[in-house]
Amino acid sequence: MSAWLYHLNALVLGLFILTAIAMVVMRQIGACMQVFVLQSLLLAASAFLLGGAPWSWHLFALGCVTIASKAVLIPWILRSMVPAQVYARREFSQSIDVSAILLSSLALLLAGYAAGIPLNAAAHSLSPANVSVGMAGLLIGLLQLAVRREAVPQILGILAMENGAFLVGIAIAPNFPLIAELAIAFDVPLLAFIVALLTRSVYQETGSTEVGSLTALRELL
Amino acid sequence: MAQSAALNLWQLAFVLGLSPLFAGIAQKCKELVASKRGPSIFQPYRDLRKLFAKDEVVSERSSWILRFTPYVVFVVPLVVTLLIPVLTDFPLFFAFVGDMLAAGFILAMSGFFFTLAAIDGGNPYGPMGASRTRMVGFLVEPVIIVVLFTVSFVADSTIPYIVQQHWVHPLANFFSASHVLLLIAFFMVILAETGRIPVDNPSGHFELAMVDESKALEFSGRSLALLKWGGYMKFTVLAIIFLNVLTAPWGLASTGTIPAMLLATVLIFVKVLVLVLLVVIVESSFAKLRLFRIQEFVGAAFIVSVTAMVMELLGL
Repeated sequence: MSAWLYHLNALVLGLFILTAIAMVVMRQIGACMQVFVLQSLLLAASAFLLGGAPWSWHLFALGCVTIASKAVLIPWILRSMVPAQVYARREFSQSIDVSAILLSSLALLLAGYAAGIPLNAAAHSLSPANVSVGMAGLLIGLLQLAVRREAVPQILGILAMENGAFLVGIAIAPNFPLIAELAIAFDVPLLAFIVALLTRSVYQETGSTEVGSLTALRELL
Repeated sequence: MAQSAALNLWQLAFVLGLSPLFAGIAQKCKELVASKRGPSIFQPYRDLRKLFAKDEVVSERSSWILRFTPYVVFVVPLVVTLLIPVLTDFPLFFAFVGDMLAAGFILAMSGFFFTLAAIDGGNPYGPMGASRTRMVGFLVEPVIIVVLFTVSFVADSTIPYIVQQHWVHPLANFFSASHVLLLIAFFMVILAETGRIPVDNPSGHFELAMVDESKALEFSGRSLALLKWGGYMKFTVLAIIFLNVLTAPWGLASTGTIPAMLLATVLIFVKVLVLVLLVVIVESSFAKLRLFRIQEFVGAAFIVSVTAMVMELLGL
């Protein structure tokens, strides 16, 4: 890989990790979604950059599929299925406060980097940086899943974990069969669709999408 | 030697003479964005002339600190100007007297005296603003330290004249992750340190909500003029550190001849102008954060700077 592509890929990865952290702390749900779109575009950019130097049409196709499914289809599904009032909301109750989230995501960032080192040694990856950053993105997505109370940011947390896993994947297995990637690309919008439907009915029943507070069963009167 | 001293004086004149103009342009642009006409871009000069001509009122109960502080605040950015590359990319007379850490500490000295003076004045809003500024200050401190760590890892030095050459040789370095993240973090630091909008509203006139401005409430006449001018110069000096040392040394003079220096003066003016416009965009599109949200803003800057350092240490 030439120095230019290498540096640009590192830059994309740096921004990727920032979007991962931003998604955990963003208060506005709509903005959280926009950051997710940005993160997916960065993932696609990394695939294009890695696929460019020794030309690999697998990675190129993967980038295109990522843009189509995660930057267009999933946001569209979530936007159209979940009522618009949900996206206008802010100030929901994360289970720990923002400074604590920032510090724990910093710890996870370092843990992810540390986890990337043995993985790199074992897998002969195309780009060691991708593996480290991808692991960190995966762990921070998990943190998002744990601390967010609203349905939409939680599903975005799952998708962020998936983005992190893909970032590792494109470096470790650049020639992964395209059919498997396509299967995942169809799987994930379906997941988003189901969760969006669920969120919609939860919203209609309870008037809120704070799944964190739905801890007890109640009879409908 | 004589040439080096002359070039140093040229740089001092640049910072001293043009910093009110940058403030005026920022103010004018902000008003234009808000669909208002706004004061002339030369208004800060008129304000300074007016204030220098006015009488000064000082409380009898205040100590020497109140009288001494305006001079410290005025001189400190000029001292830092001697240490950093303002117009030339080759080291001048004072280049190796202090590094960026020294520049940071010297700037901190003016903040220290300003804080003491605000408490000394006896105005109830002074100590309030002073303690708020200290709060922002100690939150920003780790970010600056981590940024300097990163710079010293990258360039093996914290002398500004050495650091600046690193980012563009080769040009691909400019796009390295640590460099870009470093820039984002330092830009956020500038916004916080100079009392710009996500942290403080420089055009607010409500004493209870003031962070930076309320420290100057007790000053008048020449002292106020010196404080204002010092504030303008602090912004200019931070902008020049950001642009010439951390971003890239583009547009700097590589020889000390008069045409080269004139060209550099124009180019650096344009560079600072671009940064001023960036600040105006930020100021016009964000709201001021509530006081207890400032830690989240600075926390975000800290995360960005640590990410930059980790990316650098892992050789990414």
